[in-house]
Amino acid sequence: MQLTGAQALIKSLEQEGVDTIFGLPGGAILPVYDPILDSSIRHILVRHEQGAGHMAEGYALATGKAGVAMVTSGPGATNIVTPIGNAHMDSTPLVVITGQVATAAIGSDAFQECDITGITMGITKHNFLIQSAHEIPRVVAAAFYLATTGRPGPVLIDLPKDISQSTMEWWYPESIEELDLPGYHPEVEIDERAVARAVELISQSERPVLYVGGGTLKSRAHKELLAFAERTKMPVVTTLMARGAFPDSHDQHLGMPGMHGMYSAVTAIQKSDLLISLGARFDDRVTGQISSFAANAKVIHVDIDKAEINKVRHADVSLQTNVALALGALDGASASPQNLDVWWKEIRTWQERYPLVYDEPTDEGPLRPQHVIEAIASRAAPGTIVTAGVGQHQMWASQFWRFEEPGTWVNSGGAGTMGFGVPAAIGAKVGRPDRTVWCIDGDGCFQMTAQELVTARSEGIPIKVAILNNAYLGMVRQWQEMFYEERYSEVYLSADLPDYVKWAEAMGCVGLRAHNLKEMHEVIEKANEINDVPVVIDFRTDSSEKVFPMVASGASNDDIIVHPLLRGGAR
Amino acid sequence: MTPEPFLGATDHTPVRHHILSVLVENKAGVLARIAGLFARRGFNIYSLAVAPAEGNARFSRVTIVVDAESAPLEQIVGQLDKLVNVVAIKDLAPRDALERELLLATLSVDNANRGEVLDVTANTGASIVDVNATSVTVMLAGTPTACDRLERALESFADVELQRTGRVALPRLG
Ligand SMILES: Cc1ncc(C[n+]2csc(CCOP(=O)(O)OP(=O)(O)O)c2C)c(N)n1
Ligand SMILES: [Mg+2]
Repeated sequence: MQLTGAQALIKSLEQEGVDTIFGLPGGAILPVYDPILDSSIRHILVRHEQGAGHMAEGYALATGKAGVAMVTSGPGATNIVTPIGNAHMDSTPLVVITGQVATAAIGSDAFQECDITGITMGITKHNFLIQSAHEIPRVVAAAFYLATTGRPGPVLIDLPKDISQSTMEWWYPESIEELDLPGYHPEVEIDERAVARAVELISQSERPVLYVGGGTLKSRAHKELLAFAERTKMPVVTTLMARGAFPDSHDQHLGMPGMHGMYSAVTAIQKSDLLISLGARFDDRVTGQISSFAANAKVIHVDIDKAEINKVRHADVSLQTNVALALGALDGASASPQNLDVWWKEIRTWQERYPLVYDEPTDEGPLRPQHVIEAIASRAAPGTIVTAGVGQHQMWASQFWRFEEPGTWVNSGGAGTMGFGVPAAIGAKVGRPDRTVWCIDGDGCFQMTAQELVTARSEGIPIKVAILNNAYLGMVRQWQEMFYEERYSEVYLSADLPDYVKWAEAMGCVGLRAHNLKEMHEVIEKANEINDVPVVIDFRTDSSEKVFPMVASGASNDDIIVHPLLRGGAR
Repeated sequence: MTPEPFLGATDHTPVRHHILSVLVENKAGVLARIAGLFARRGFNIYSLAVAPAEGNARFSRVTIVVDAESAPLEQIVGQLDKLVNVVAIKDLAPRDALERELLLATLSVDNANRGEVLDVTANTGASIVDVNATSVTVMLAGTPTACDRLERALESFADVELQRTGRVALPRLG
């Protein structure tokens, strides 16, 4: 069967089981947009290519499948660089297809030419510049294989226009050998000797902590984690990338560690004698000052990526494998720590003394952002998916929402990309149409990618967006207040400009606003009743609210700053 | 551990340098991927040589001398190994490696220094590979130290144009 390169590309995507492409056409990718009309794949036309990338990420994080985005060359390609970088930092499986100028024009500064494989070399797991129509099936199959196996990540395919217009005899690779990846070996095994040494370390431990990272979700190891944690009675912390990997309702769960982590989670790590790192990478937002991080702990480091082991923190025992296999092996060997009663007693005192708190909301407002999140959560259907932008609202969402299952928390961790929330919510809703999807957004973040609500409305994707409108780039304001003597520089945004309700309405969404408690409860109820169009709520929150606990940048986790309500008697 | 000076008396690379013999797919952009990785992770390359491996069109061998003080070797190898086009990495400790390098140098000669040039050439094991009325080109294929010695010996001559290839290496036989 003779196909054009463009037809071969779409057919290859169908072979990979792709059901949705997020994209926006242009000259160099034009040939590929024709066979889309005849394909079963749904194409979602975005309003900006950054939106396409974040939607694909939201889709991937909510479903565990690779997200797919397609854009044109030049500015289309550079517009999607931010999501590619974001996916690279968070190990999110993504396949991005970019149009490229015709092969003969490459290198001539042709119209809308850019070296996107060069630009994305450092922020993709791998990228391809297609050389002939014949290799399209192999490259597409390889891209999905690379994106979804081993440590997942974004893969980019650059497709020159003449190749999508040329013809090929259809074929599709039937085995991994045909993918021609002689340097790629994602298969993992268990090193029994390392397991034995890990069992030994665990058996000596009196103060262990399970330090659960995003790799636990990536390897779908939440069941193994629950079984291991319950059998060994060890305390669990889940990083920002791992929220949902262990139920927040579980009494062994101490919550999130790190810069804005729970006091008990941060302190348990600091005082631990054994850290079992499960797909976490000792990010500086978790460790704070590295030299004083868990200074007396031995480390068992489980990671599928060999380069993570000993990168930041020396591992006493390392298991280069996926988290599910490692936990299975440790369980199989009946790894058990010492009696943990004393340890738990100590942890419980921290939990009681330093819970998450915020100032009492007043009836007339302004609203407390933490209270808004709790109010939304208390009336959200079980299994609701939450996305966030980046800033204070993101930290509060992670702290105050209760995550009970994998894939329900979708956020930008390693890159901290403002504007992630709205498009990621759209992608998550497309991937999981059965779920309610709330985006907890900041007013600053919302303004970066809000236009994708036009996409959501026109494609019938009814997400709900809660803007915690504090009229500021709040997280930056917080740093300026605390570390720059309240010298506020370029952080004020205004609560009224833009008018978020009118803006929402102009985009075909329902726009609501709440200044006080009564309105807050009303608008949440109203939003929950609307299931056909997107809803945007402008919650007027207190500008002076700060995120606590907090470990200042570069400071030791021992110097954690708790909420003012908890000070006095506090360390 | 005090690092040995690079221009030492040994005939191998000092211990703080490591020689990585990297088998890569012979595909467009592979060198850029390796160079980009070293640049963005702050690893230092001391020298780099590339050629097709074992007469095979599919693979090339890249010999990289890295400064293992700029980053732990384990980290350099681990990150390099993640490049999809990198097929295999052999870490050759300097003492276990057989290293060779090529040096070419062109220098001005006249009747006054012609004898000196011939002496230097003979003493260092170099050979003369090109001559005309005013210049001579000498060549040495040898250990990096021998090349260092020749380079120093040529310092006293005027108008020297000198080019070294960077080393290639294979493991010493048992
Ligand atoms: C694209 C991008 N630009 C700048 C930043 C730096 N930054 C981090 S948080 C933040 C403020 C976000 O403001 P807003 O969305 O209103 O959230 P808030 O902190 O007020 O909840 C900024 C500017 C960033 N993370 N991403
Ligand atoms: Mg704000």
